[in-house]
Order: sequence, then structure tokens, then C-alpha cells
Amino acid sequence: MRRIINYPPSPGLALLLGAAPFVAVGLAYLAASDARLAVDAADKLMPGVSAFYAQMSRLMTRVDPVVGQPLFWFDTWCSLARLLAGIGVSALIGIVCGVLIGFIPWLRAAFEPMIFALSLIPPLAVLPILFIAFGLGETSKLVLIVFGIAPFIVRDVALAVTAIPREQIIKAQTLGASTWQMIVDVVLPQALPRLIESVRLSLGSAWLFVIAAEAITAEGGLGYRIFLVRRYLAMDVILPYVVWITLLAFLLDFALRKLSAAAFPWTRLREA
Amino acid sequence: MTEIRFEKVWKEYGSSIVLENVDLALADHEFLVVIGPSGVGKTTLLRLLLAQERPTRGRILLDGREIASEPTADRGVVFQRYSVFPHKSVLANVMLGPQWAGSPLVGRLFGARKRALRDQAMALLDRVGLAEHARKYPAQLSGGMQQRLALAQALINKPKVLLLDEPFGALDPGSRRSMHVLVRELWEEQSMTIVMVTHDLMEAFHLGTRVVAIDKVRNDPQAPERYGATIASDFCAKPRIVRDSFRFEAARLRAAAELAAKTPLLTREKD
Repeated sequence: MRRIINYPPSPGLALLLGAAPFVAVGLAYLAASDARLAVDAADKLMPGVSAFYAQMSRLMTRVDPVVGQPLFWFDTWCSLARLLAGIGVSALIGIVCGVLIGFIPWLRAAFEPMIFALSLIPPLAVLPILFIAFGLGETSKLVLIVFGIAPFIVRDVALAVTAIPREQIIKAQTLGASTWQMIVDVVLPQALPRLIESVRLSLGSAWLFVIAAEAITAEGGLGYRIFLVRRYLAMDVILPYVVWITLLAFLLDFALRKLSAAAFPWTRLREA
Repeated sequence: MTEIRFEKVWKEYGSSIVLENVDLALADHEFLVVIGPSGVGKTTLLRLLLAQERPTRGRILLDGREIASEPTADRGVVFQRYSVFPHKSVLANVMLGPQWAGSPLVGRLFGARKRALRDQAMALLDRVGLAEHARKYPAQLSGGMQQRLALAQALINKPKVLLLDEPFGALDPGSRRSMHVLVRELWEEQSMTIVMVTHDLMEAFHLGTRVVAIDKVRNDPQAPERYGATIASDFCAKPRIVRDSFRFEAARLRAAAELAAKTPLLTREKD
């Protein structure tokens, strides 16, 4: 009898095992939904597959007269635009500030405590301030996302920069590199893979802030729609939207992972 | 001509003294090896020479002028590990130094200058036996090959002094031996000055022309930090006069061979 830690499943079996909980949750939902619908055919809390299909095909295909396109795609576009803008700005701030703070001692001494303090403030607590300062439009939403994830990315990138072996920096200096050349040729290329990693880790929080901001005020967006139809207990909209958001998050994460592997092949090399 | 001189150098960290009163003069084209027990300050000595750290008292002179207060291109270095840049290919690693020197803003050379540099880098890689690995990344090389790369990378800048900090410490005996041969040959070919730190006595006397032992000569059992290490003994492992006579002999034999090659048939002279 071997120890259980010495029984790895075969790749095919591992895939099957990974899929099993999803299937189990789906089946459990269908069973519960059927049971409730048998009692009350008009039950709204756990709609069946047909109700999902009817509602979603309406949202995906029927052009809404106000926004001039199907609501589902309009919401998706609104939320993704906010999310990507927020992540893009945060990544830019993260790499610039992270490299400078991590590499230049004076800047580190001056700004590291500040960035740390900023990262401790719960972003949703300052949301009212953002609404007051930047209005109820897109600016305040963007600032909320940036405020929420940029300090974390800056700290993470700065940490990665300080983790570059001191020997490499000394070696670069003995090869005649200036500070600028070290930043461009030594520090930045080694910080970029970490930037992508920390953006991947921040995706969850970024979605949180998008949904939260949309829940309070917006003209459209996945979070806006969910909170709008909540009043009518429209689970046939809410549940597919949640699944769609999850899928989008997964696809973004997957794309970032592939980008990292393609752009920085040296991070995953071993002696051949 | 490169001459290194330590003048009464002290290094203290707070109240603890690491090095005390180090006095050393090193002539041109010497291979100085610094030995001593671990933790005694060998590497500190090398760091002082590198200007990674500054002496508390005393001065370090390179060719009569005090060394810069930060690492500069006149002193090349190879560490035990992490001496090469993992995100650049082998060839790009070697080309870095001249590229930085030739292009302050972008750090890249173009056109004919780039081709010339590439040829120079490839020649150097060929010399250290890495020519066929030029396109690989350092992570794909063995430890010994990475150290060869680090050597090539440092040598392309033609430093006045090459500093080696236990460069073979992490290598297996086979690659260690071949590295010994390579370093020895490079030292001879480029007629440069090398300062190496090691804890391997065999290696020290095999490679070095001069071997210096660093140790605490005074010791206070109640306060061990009050006395630092200094040069405890100084051996001339391979005296210059012997080396010069070897070199003279080699040159004489080469000249004789050349002469013989120019006049292949002695009989022709008689005609």
C-alpha cells in the first residue's frame, strides 16, 4: 500500500476529475430547479434551461431601442472597456513607478511608505470621494479601478526589481552601463514578466471594482444589468451574466498567460 | 601597464573591524589569488577593489589614481553566480558592454558597427568554446558554460583588472579543470592583471603568480570583532624572472620555427 501522495492521476483522468465538480454543481442545480418548478411553475429563483435560453437569446439578439444594439453585447462592451482601461493605466503606472521605486534608493525611501499606505486604504471606502471629485461618469470608475489595483502592482513590481541579484547590477556597472541603460536593458526586461503576473492576480479585484462602480451608477455594463434586474428577481439574467463574467475573466487570464510565454521565453527555460 | 596599490586600508562595520591595515602593491600582469578561512574578509577585499564598498580608512590606487567610488568599466568581474543576464541570449550578453559604451541613449548599435561588434563577440565566444551556443539563453547552459560566458562578457570590454570572486566554487571538478586552463590562457594572451578570491589552496597555487593569505593575526577572545584580518602571508608562487625566462624561451622557439618555415629546403641556399 503506497502513500496517497504517491498516486498521481493520469492526464486524462485528471481532466475528468477537474470537470467532475462542475458537472456535479450543474446537475445539482438542475435537480433543485426541477423540484422547485414542479411545485410552482412560475418560480423565479431557480429558472430552468429553457427560461435561460429564452431570456438570453432575447438579450443577445433583440436590438434595444435606447442603446441601438442588443443589450448583452452593449453591457459586455461597456464593462470590458472600463476593465481594460483600468488595467492598462494601472499596468503603466505599475511598471514605471515599480521600476523607479525598486531601483533608485532615493525614490524608494521617498515613495515606498506612501505606496504601502495607499494599498492599505479600502478603495470602496473612498468611492464617494471619487464620485464627488470626478463626477458620476467614466472617470470616477477608471480612478476607482486604478486606485484599487495600481498600488498592489507597483509594490509587486518594485519587489521583483529588488529581487534581481545584486551581482547582476554590479556586473552591469563594470560593463559601463549608466542608470538609464541598466533600467532599459537589465531591470525592465526582468520586471515585465512579473508585471504580467501581478496583472493576472489583480484581474479579480479589477472586476470587483468594475461591478461595484457599475452597481452604483452607470448607463450600461454587466454589473449595472445584474443590479438593475435584481429588483425583479430575474435570476434568468443574473446567473448567465455571472457565468459570462467568469468566462471573460478566464479568457483574459489565459490571454495574459500566453502573452507572457510568447514574449518572455527565457522565464521558463531549463538546461537543455 | 596596470598597477594596484592598497594603502593602509581599513574596513569597519560599526564597531566590528573586518579588515585592518591592508597594505599591498601589485605589479602589472600578475595573477593574485587571495585565500583565507571563510568569513574572514576575502570577499570584502574584492568588493573594496570593485568599489562595491568603500574603505573606512586608507586608499586604493589603480595606476596611481584613486579608484572611482562606484564600479566602472576599468574593473571587470565574474562572480560565483548571477554574473550573466538571464533575459538575453549568449551573443547578446557578450555584446552588451560595447553597445552600452557606443550608444548611451538606446544601448544598441546599428549597421556596420553592429556587424563589427558581432564578429568580435563571436570570435570571443569561439575562444571560450561557446560559439555554437550563441543563440541560447544562459538558463540552457551548464554552470561551467555560464562562467565561460561571464568571462567573455567581461573581457570584451578589455578591463584593466579582472576580478574573480570564487568563480569556480559552484562547478564540478571536470569543468573546474577546464576553466583553470581557460583562465590561465586568457591571462597570458590578454596580458591583464587578475585578482581572484578562492578558498581552494590547490587552485590558488596552480593558477596564481602571487598568493596572499588573509587572516586575523591578532585575536581578543573577549571581543573578537575588535581586530580585523590583514595580510598574514604573501607568497611569490611563480616568480616573474622565471615567467619571463619561460616567455623568452617560447618566443625564441617560435622565432626559430618561423625561420625554419621561411627556408624550407636548406639545400636551396647552397645552389
